[in-house]
Amino acid sequence: MEESKQTTNEKEHLTSLLTVLKTNISAYFMFIALIVIMVFFTVTTDGVFISSRNISNLINQMGYIAVLAVGMTLIIVIRHIELSVGYLAGFLGAFSAIAMTFWGWPVYAVIPAVMILGVLAGMLTATPVAKLGVPAFVSTMAAGLIFRGALLLVTMGTGTIVIKNSVFNAIGNGFIPDLPIPGLLPERHKLTLILGLAAIVLSIFSAIKSRKTRQSYNFSVPNFGLFVAQMVLVSVLIGYVTWILSGYNGISWSLVILLVVVAVFQFITTKTPLGRHIYAVGGNPEAAELSGISVSKITYIVFGAMGMLSSLSGIMYASRLRSATTTAGLGFETDAIAAAFVGGVSAAGGVGTITGSIIGALVMMSLTSGMNLMGIDISIQYIVRGAVLVLAVIFDRITRRKM
Amino acid sequence: METPILEMKSITKEFPGVKALDDVTFSVRKGEIHCLVGENGAGKSTLMKVLSGVHPFGSYTGDINIEGELQKFGNIRDSEKAGIAIIYQELALIPELSVYENIFLGNEITNGLVIDSNESISQAVEILKKVGLDVNPMAKIKNLGVGKQQLVEIAKALKKDVKILILDEPTAALNENDSDNLLHLILELKKQGVTSILISHKLREVLEIADTITVLRDGKTVTTLDVESDKVSEPILIKNMVGRSIDNVFPKREKITVGDEVLRLEDWSAFSYAHGREILHNVNIKVHAGEIVGIAGLMGSGRTELAKSVFGNPDHYRLSGKVFIRGVEQKFRDPGDAIKSSMAYVTEDRKGNGLILIDDVKHNISLANLKEIAKAGVINENEEILVANQYRADLNIKTPSIQQKVRNLSGGNQQKVSLGKWLFVKPGIMILDEPTRGIDVGAKYEIYTIMNSLVEKGMSIIMISSELPEVLGMSDRIYVMSAGKIKGEMPIEEASQEEIMKLAVDY
Repeated sequence: MEESKQTTNEKEHLTSLLTVLKTNISAYFMFIALIVIMVFFTVTTDGVFISSRNISNLINQMGYIAVLAVGMTLIIVIRHIELSVGYLAGFLGAFSAIAMTFWGWPVYAVIPAVMILGVLAGMLTATPVAKLGVPAFVSTMAAGLIFRGALLLVTMGTGTIVIKNSVFNAIGNGFIPDLPIPGLLPERHKLTLILGLAAIVLSIFSAIKSRKTRQSYNFSVPNFGLFVAQMVLVSVLIGYVTWILSGYNGISWSLVILLVVVAVFQFITTKTPLGRHIYAVGGNPEAAELSGISVSKITYIVFGAMGMLSSLSGIMYASRLRSATTTAGLGFETDAIAAAFVGGVSAAGGVGTITGSIIGALVMMSLTSGMNLMGIDISIQYIVRGAVLVLAVIFDRITRRKM
Repeated sequence: METPILEMKSITKEFPGVKALDDVTFSVRKGEIHCLVGENGAGKSTLMKVLSGVHPFGSYTGDINIEGELQKFGNIRDSEKAGIAIIYQELALIPELSVYENIFLGNEITNGLVIDSNESISQAVEILKKVGLDVNPMAKIKNLGVGKQQLVEIAKALKKDVKILILDEPTAALNENDSDNLLHLILELKKQGVTSILISHKLREVLEIADTITVLRDGKTVTTLDVESDKVSEPILIKNMVGRSIDNVFPKREKITVGDEVLRLEDWSAFSYAHGREILHNVNIKVHAGEIVGIAGLMGSGRTELAKSVFGNPDHYRLSGKVFIRGVEQKFRDPGDAIKSSMAYVTEDRKGNGLILIDDVKHNISLANLKEIAKAGVINENEEILVANQYRADLNIKTPSIQQKVRNLSGGNQQKVSLGKWLFVKPGIMILDEPTRGIDVGAKYEIYTIMNSLVEKGMSIIMISSELPEVLGMSDRIYVMSAGKIKGEMPIEEASQEEIMKLAVDY
């Protein structure tokens, strides 16, 4: 009797494991595709691609698109689109430059002020969508035109505004400081390694804790071997990435910002009622409304968050160029949307993860970086990136249909 | 014996992990009305999909013969050419196009390149006459009622050279009047020589019009009965469908004394901007603790609108009148407010606005009450699993796991997930809108039992239903609605089908 109960439990666990695997197959697939792409470029560039310097650069270049991709994921999850984010980022970057250079605002006041502006701009764009049901395509395209005009307007007198504030410029170019330990690993960034080690310990600790909690509920857990294998894999991954980064200048401030953004949004989407409500609105807005979730409130929140992330993106980009230019932000929205779709977001709504979109952004950025290193012409680069985007979406479609 | 117009022999169709059809044999005589009945998941729809080429030749085993000739349909077009027309429960009409444009959709009458509207319209008039539908062929589909849309769909099928007309639950979305019209039409078409296959859960109507009935159960043919010579009755059909006899379709419940008033509407009216007219007029109703109040009426009488207008008014009608919950007047701004006042609304259309189909069972159950399982703003997913498993056990939800996507469950189990979701809100007043629509006999009985146990614990249930036996079998008290008004109120002892119907058609 007891034994047969055990087998049903195991069987049930297996089916649920299979369901989870199936659900996430596109995410795993993109992750594998990312590794394949990276290995491919490493081989074709004689290892230059995977060099510490290149990976560090790649992450810094990706940062301002990746933060947009995080917000875009949620926008698409709730069945909308946001076409104004590039110009909003460009405009807010220019706003920061003007505030610091001409108005003499301190950098620590500029950054929060610009982020608040971003939230307000996002919510303003969302108003016709949330209140009147105007298609987001139209509302955000109009907003994009307005922000583009605003960018040209504020840079009209000056053209490119050079930013001299070193704190601000460190956001896109700087790295976290190193520990002054003479004699120990002179070629390596020690603090990066220590943080990597801390991350490994933390991830193992939290995995063990969550396993223990599940056991205390008498839920089945994966067998111990599988659990250990998973731990080892995650540890090796974190270890390898930090090892590579420590070989150049260590963790950049861009990466810090990106990691914080991903952690916060990953937490909100997977662990909080707000996250559930966002996915519910995307999955079935009418059912969500009748379940006591205000669809218009969720729309404001998601567009507001997107606006905040646009401001971060604008700050990161202006900082990276050490200046605000009249063309800043051009085409950011396309890259962000592409990253989200490559990462498995569904335009039908309700489906898509933050981590998936980050992997999508990494895939797209790796392609650009790798092809640049190989000296491939920009014309071919566009074609390859377009092909990868459409193939990823086709693959996603097919795997989803099979379920 | 003459050659049957349709003969499906030893049809077996497998999906990964499931044998949907197992050696099914199904034979239809020319000119008859043949009904196909069975619980949900019995294989009726799959069988019709095999017949119509949705599941193409080669994806199943067995033979399909039409008038003695072996058929190998690769797609729906092939089956249409062979004279098979299917009308699905979900209508396939384009709302923004006119009646005649829909009738000729895909087979437009042209002068070479350009559509000949005059010819199309005059032909459409002829076809519409055949189905007894008196509408302007240039009217847009969206402006017609569901019943009339159904008839347009049939007209569209008849325009082609139809040998076999298949109707998949055609009356599920229709009120009694429209249903009667439709059934009458099927009989009329029979006189004209059209052979019909009808899939339906409504056994009464099946018995009314069928010549022959085939019962499917778990992907197998249980029996084929001749209605007259086999003296088929509802109990016989039910017994064959479920494999056991259900003595009481409606479970008995302990009669308890009705408690305090929990809900009262005073002069409740609603104006719909979308419809441009008042859809509820001076509704006055009362609901007490521990009773099931039935709201009967035809489709379109304003029952669902009444429920939604009280439940936080998500469609933004302009309201007047008062709502009292336990004697206190309430003004709900949205469904969230109504939920806070311990109300729950299990929607009529569980796929459309009830459940998140692409999400799993546990997330659907917890959705309306996440704060219950969240601590400091963080959802405790382990608690969520406990809750979901609890309702899965309590409500006997048949699913391989609570991780299963709701989309993959049968109608009855989806309905139970819906119920579970709203029970988790721990409501005092529950509105059930068509709680057993489109679900099989066994699951219906289970849902009735759940309802009984809820009111025995003191909950109040408002049950909106189009099925008169259900209203009569379950309610303690009945309101009848018509044209947005309450036409009458009766205690169960004084209610009869005739009495309810008389009020329901009183405009």
